[in-house]
Amino acid sequence: MEALEGKVIELAYALDTFYFLVMGAFVMWMAAGFTMLESGLVRAKNTAEILTKNISLYSISVIMYMIVGYNLMYPGGGTGVIPDLTFFLGEDNTAEAVIASGGDVYYSGISDHFFQVVFVATACSIISGAVAERMKLWPFLLFCVVMTSIIYPVQGYWKWGGGFLDEAGFSDFAGSGVVHLCGAVAALAGVLVLGARSGKYVDGKVNAMPGANLPLATLGTFILWLGWFGFNGGSELIISNVAEANAVSMIFVNTNLAAAGGVMGALILSKVLFGKSDLTMALNGAIGGLVSITAEPLAPTPGLALIIGFIGGIIVVMSIVMLDKMKIDDPVGAISAHGTCGLWGLLAVALTGGSLGAQVYGAFMIILWTFITSYIFWSLIKMFFGLRVTEDEETEGVDISECGLEAYPEFSKASGVKPSVYPEQ
Amino acid sequence: MKLVIAIIKPFKLDEVREALSGIGVQGITATEVKGFGRQKGHTELYRGAEYVVDFLPKFKLEIAVDDSLVDKTIETILSSASTGKIGDGKIFVLDIQEAIRVRTGEKGPEAL
Repeated sequence: MEALEGKVIELAYALDTFYFLVMGAFVMWMAAGFTMLESGLVRAKNTAEILTKNISLYSISVIMYMIVGYNLMYPGGGTGVIPDLTFFLGEDNTAEAVIASGGDVYYSGISDHFFQVVFVATACSIISGAVAERMKLWPFLLFCVVMTSIIYPVQGYWKWGGGFLDEAGFSDFAGSGVVHLCGAVAALAGVLVLGARSGKYVDGKVNAMPGANLPLATLGTFILWLGWFGFNGGSELIISNVAEANAVSMIFVNTNLAAAGGVMGALILSKVLFGKSDLTMALNGAIGGLVSITAEPLAPTPGLALIIGFIGGIIVVMSIVMLDKMKIDDPVGAISAHGTCGLWGLLAVALTGGSLGAQVYGAFMIILWTFITSYIFWSLIKMFFGLRVTEDEETEGVDISECGLEAYPEFSKASGVKPSVYPEQ
Repeated sequence: MKLVIAIIKPFKLDEVREALSGIGVQGITATEVKGFGRQKGHTELYRGAEYVVDFLPKFKLEIAVDDSLVDKTIETILSSASTGKIGDGKIFVLDIQEAIRVRTGEKGPEAL
């Protein structure tokens, strides 16, 4: 009987580890989602650069989180505010230790690292869209190094690593605050230090700079929607019994409904406010809805999840318009979808039993820490390396200045001599 | 020899080209251009910011013809390119000082 019990424990461990790995892979796929969404909403002359930024920031996140970020976020110990500092990943669980724990140890430690690393990549990805079309590539990547090794892990430790926010009763299931609000605040600090795109705000008028590829932007949004099942579903952290399997199912359904609500909220408001059904607002609405439910996708009823997402869609549109009025230039709406809706998501936890006070406290601390540290590092990077491309480079397109190539060379207006792709006649 | 320059609506390109072939025109150069006359443009909206699109897509045709064919060419373009709605375009006629065929070096009306 003991042998059978040991086998069952091992099987549950394997299932839960497998679940972590697959959900982590889904969240990794969100990197492609962000990449496609951002590349569709920037102009053609800036497309290759944002693609490069996205694939590089993902790589840097993976590297830095392995070296130090993960250990900083989930340390053995710490003061509650300052985590202990260790480097590199440790050993995984042995079968003997797992069985001896009676099932309390139910997943591979390395699989947990994999699941967590894709979350920090998401936070960095939020920044890349907001600073698009005018930031230099390598200074941005330098900030990512700081973000993934210090800024994100410390505030992540405060909640998920067992730090003081967790002890204060702050609730953030999958990261409306820890991931999305954090990323958005870092993005906001970056945009404030960087400045708006040249020609965006002229004589009190907001000038449109339409994205080059709306099919890509839409594809990216759908990819993010799919990936989010991993983001929220995986954050339940376990599936291997009836109660947990049911919980995961509810999370999937609520996540799906919140996204749908976000789309409709944004689309309806766009029609009401502008008289037109702006696709890009609908896309931001989906993201806003998803971010809004991410702090608590399990507790709400499906109907409430829909409403939370719908409100997120409304909020995202209003936030985008408001940021433009404040001359804060965010080409893809990242600060609105992840920041404003992230904040809403945290507060909405109070609708299902969370403590509003604790939620406000947590949101405030995340914003305070992230904004101050980000602003400092953005300013330092600007001082030592420069942050922005020159005006000429911005006009020509950052594809040329940063990458030396173009995303759509055959349709280029910039180059006088087309590449020789025309067949001989 | 005259150079007939015609600005037309893009979707009329095929119709005009076929009609011109029918009267014996042997060559056309077509360029995609943007322009406006009294038609003006329209307003678009992106994330709450309005912007005016003044320049509309058109096609510019350049047709080099012998003097004897000019009137027929103009008549043909007018009948095939016209929709009766604003934005149909314009035709200009210029004198050609010289015309040369690149392959053979022929000059004058034989080069057309």
